[in-house]
Amino acid sequence: MASTAVAVGGALRQGRVRAFFLRWRSGDEVAHLLTLIFASTIILLTVLLVFELYRNSALARDKYGWQFLFTSTWDPVFEKFGALPFIFGTVVTSALGLLVAVPLGVGAAIFLAELAPPRISDALSFVIELLAAVPSVIYGLLAMFTLVPLLRNVVQPFLKKTLGFLPFFQGPNYGVGLLAAGLILAIMIVPFIISISREVLLAVPVEQREAALALGATRWESTWKVVVPFARAGILGSIFLAMARALGETMAVTMVIGNDPKITSSLFAPGYSIAAVIANEFTEATSDLYISALIELGLVLFILTFILNGLARLLILATQRKGTAQP
Amino acid sequence: MKRILQVYGFCLCLLAGGVVWAPVPCGAAPAADALLINGAGATFPYPIYSKWFDEYHKLHPNIQINYQSIGSGGGIRQVLAGTVDFGATDGPMTDEQLGQAKTKVLHFPTVLGADVPTYNIPGFSGELKFTPEALAGIFLGKITKWNDAALTGPNPGAKLPGNDIVVVHRSDGSGTTYVWVDYLCKVSEEWKTKVGKGTSVNWPVGLGGKGNEGVAGLVKQTPNSIGYVELIYAIQSNLPYGRVRNSSGDFIKAELASVTAAAAGASKQMPDDFRVSITNAPGKTAYPIASFTWLLVPSTIQDGAKRKALVDFLHWMLTDGQNNAEPLAYARLPKEVVAKETKAISEIK
Amino acid sequence: MNYRSVWRKSVNAVMFSLTGICALAVVSVLVFILGYLVWNGGRAINWDFFTKLPTPVGETGGGMANAIVGSAKLLLLAALVGVPVGFIGGVYLAEFGGKTFSFLVRYTTDLLNGVPSIVMGIFAYTMIVLPLQHFSTLAGGLALGVMMIPIAVRSTEEFLRAVPQSLREGALALGASRWKAVATVVIPAAFRGILTGIMLALARVAGETAPLLFTSFNNRFWSHGWDQPTASLPVMIFTYAIAPYDDWHRQAWAAGLVLLGLVLLANITARVVLGRKLSSAAG
Repeated sequence: MASTAVAVGGALRQGRVRAFFLRWRSGDEVAHLLTLIFASTIILLTVLLVFELYRNSALARDKYGWQFLFTSTWDPVFEKFGALPFIFGTVVTSALGLLVAVPLGVGAAIFLAELAPPRISDALSFVIELLAAVPSVIYGLLAMFTLVPLLRNVVQPFLKKTLGFLPFFQGPNYGVGLLAAGLILAIMIVPFIISISREVLLAVPVEQREAALALGATRWESTWKVVVPFARAGILGSIFLAMARALGETMAVTMVIGNDPKITSSLFAPGYSIAAVIANEFTEATSDLYISALIELGLVLFILTFILNGLARLLILATQRKGTAQP
Repeated sequence: MKRILQVYGFCLCLLAGGVVWAPVPCGAAPAADALLINGAGATFPYPIYSKWFDEYHKLHPNIQINYQSIGSGGGIRQVLAGTVDFGATDGPMTDEQLGQAKTKVLHFPTVLGADVPTYNIPGFSGELKFTPEALAGIFLGKITKWNDAALTGPNPGAKLPGNDIVVVHRSDGSGTTYVWVDYLCKVSEEWKTKVGKGTSVNWPVGLGGKGNEGVAGLVKQTPNSIGYVELIYAIQSNLPYGRVRNSSGDFIKAELASVTAAAAGASKQMPDDFRVSITNAPGKTAYPIASFTWLLVPSTIQDGAKRKALVDFLHWMLTDGQNNAEPLAYARLPKEVVAKETKAISEIK
Repeated sequence: MNYRSVWRKSVNAVMFSLTGICALAVVSVLVFILGYLVWNGGRAINWDFFTKLPTPVGETGGGMANAIVGSAKLLLLAALVGVPVGFIGGVYLAEFGGKTFSFLVRYTTDLLNGVPSIVMGIFAYTMIVLPLQHFSTLAGGLALGVMMIPIAVRSTEEFLRAVPQSLREGALALGASRWKAVATVVIPAAFRGILTGIMLALARVAGETAPLLFTSFNNRFWSHGWDQPTASLPVMIFTYAIAPYDDWHRQAWAAGLVLLGLVLLANITARVVLGRKLSSAAG
């Protein structure tokens, strides 16, 4: 087998062609091609996805242009569609989720990375990663029957009594609404913040910590003033990643947000998110323009998460490089 | 080396076997004449439809009619897109929507039902009387408290609290919504100009629930709330519902007699395509927010077996099926409508 | 001890206890979720749940047998799509990749990973449901399969890279061609990791609801073959949870317990098999 190959290759007298032929016979080229084909289906699928989104939202894009993002009416009867209430709901619930999840998450990550003994740290972070594996619909199920009554009967009246002078905590008390959605999102994204932050904190070179301690800092001061700033970019990256996840969450939000496309200043009020409106109204959009508007919303969501994910990866990468760089 | 190849070969066989073998254990071997017909649409008649399809399946074990309640808007949309074999709606298709259909779509009334105002008032579980102005005011967001004059006036004995009213409406495209807002358009000029009617409207206030089930669920769980649902949902969820004043000035409760009375006038003058509104119908005992509900069937069905099954089901529905309606609080179709419909079924080719 | 150092020491103690409380709070949420599901779901699970079909609306009883089988079928289809593409794509990135093309593949894999699940549902709807003119298990399975791909690619690549270079070099030194070295030495060495990565990917898509809402739709009967709509556990949980019927709520808890149990089982098995922490970036 190999001898014939050598014979033919020798006759050609061209080293590269001969090498190619040898590779072909040995199967490497085939393997390369095969794996390349499969890998390129991934690229193909992604391009197809973006193309389909773009193409099917053409009706709405042509009709509304950029105004779509700033119109706050969503009226299927008179066929006036605007994305603003959904962008508002998505951003507010995600921001609220981050507001709660970031201190909680970074705090827990600091504990796991700096204070806890390695075995406990590993065990606890495994348990926390299990939280990330819980499906969204189960979070929604639990939120509907535990979080919402808790908010309606205990938390929201309490907030109203104590902080009711703020516009955020005024208005009727439904239980479902922006606050409920924000809180369930917080629980859903906290595992991501914790696991990535913990990793970047652990990646900080031990010399940094030791230097701080050698200068007389307490453990906390060394952590807060040296380690965390060093890992700052990575922690920020984890926050962006968490935000991207929060923006795209569908089921848990749909079940507790109240499904009302209005823009209000009260957190107790019902709202609507992009993912929730698509989930609720997609199968029933009775006109082509209606469906096109919903798909355009999907496109907006896609672009938002795309930008955030990109930023997140850059930041995390930057921290990891910094951590492994020689001083 | 050989062992590695064996492992790979095994994995490949698993993969191939999965493709070929999986359908077999999944849901029993598909019998040669097992027929699955897919329908989707209104949640308004979902309880009676699911009962019907279950009963029909018991009579014809090889025919499965899978109906999903996604809302009338969904029924219309999916029938237009051709992704289901039939649709269902309580808001009849508009001329514009009918024009979008590739094959002509026929409306077949199935039962009569009613939208009722259902509420959850802490400390009060009696029956409230609602005037049209009260209902319009509540859903426009102008009447905000339970002890508003518009509510306490007709209900002098009721102890209504001063709490804020929580309005619950549909978040999906709904025929139940259509019936409700159709009524409100007729009794409130402000509603007609400000909000209009359709299967999905721009609600001035309120929470959105998905399907009749979602609205009933929200009302049940949210104190001080009011929503509109089809009668059977209020009954099955043990929610109180109120009387509504009709065009003759009487406060009528939604029940078989009053719903049948609402259809009395229209059934004698039923148009050929069966699209008719019976909200705010004349008649002393008529319930004002009643409606027919329709199955949407394409007039041309390619698949012979499906066509035969659907036609057969429609005939069964008009005869034996009507017996299931009353136990679920839907009123039977009037005789004249049944006769006219039986003739119309032959239009399906 | 001067005042300042007492202050600093107490700040130290307080702040660290706060972080400990944060960690405890997060862990207790998981414990609460599990406990609540076990309590409510455990009471609701009975033999009927696994063997019977749903009953008509408003009537009590029945089960979710068709949903369990439906979910299994969807996962099978997802695996048929996601595993080959993900696995072989990962092999490409780890073993055969050229510089720019690899970058492109990695970038789009990340992009695909970040696509919200509802958008994936829109994609499957426009690509499969509309042309075929009906809802189908096929559409749902493909949506889930595409969602699986990035996770499978990432974990395959990671575990292949973790195989020591000396193994590869040893194989090559013995005269094996590149592909033989990869197929017979490297992949088997990483096999455990790759398998658990795939299992985790399956667990992740098993719980996805949004892409199924308008692809595999729902079905109150058994679903035959691949081109009919099918019931699935996540969609049933959603449908039953938002309804007002107590019996449906009961069944939703049972389904939630079954689903969560399977997902957690997969995750815990993965951890046990590998014995070390998997990269969280795959999540």
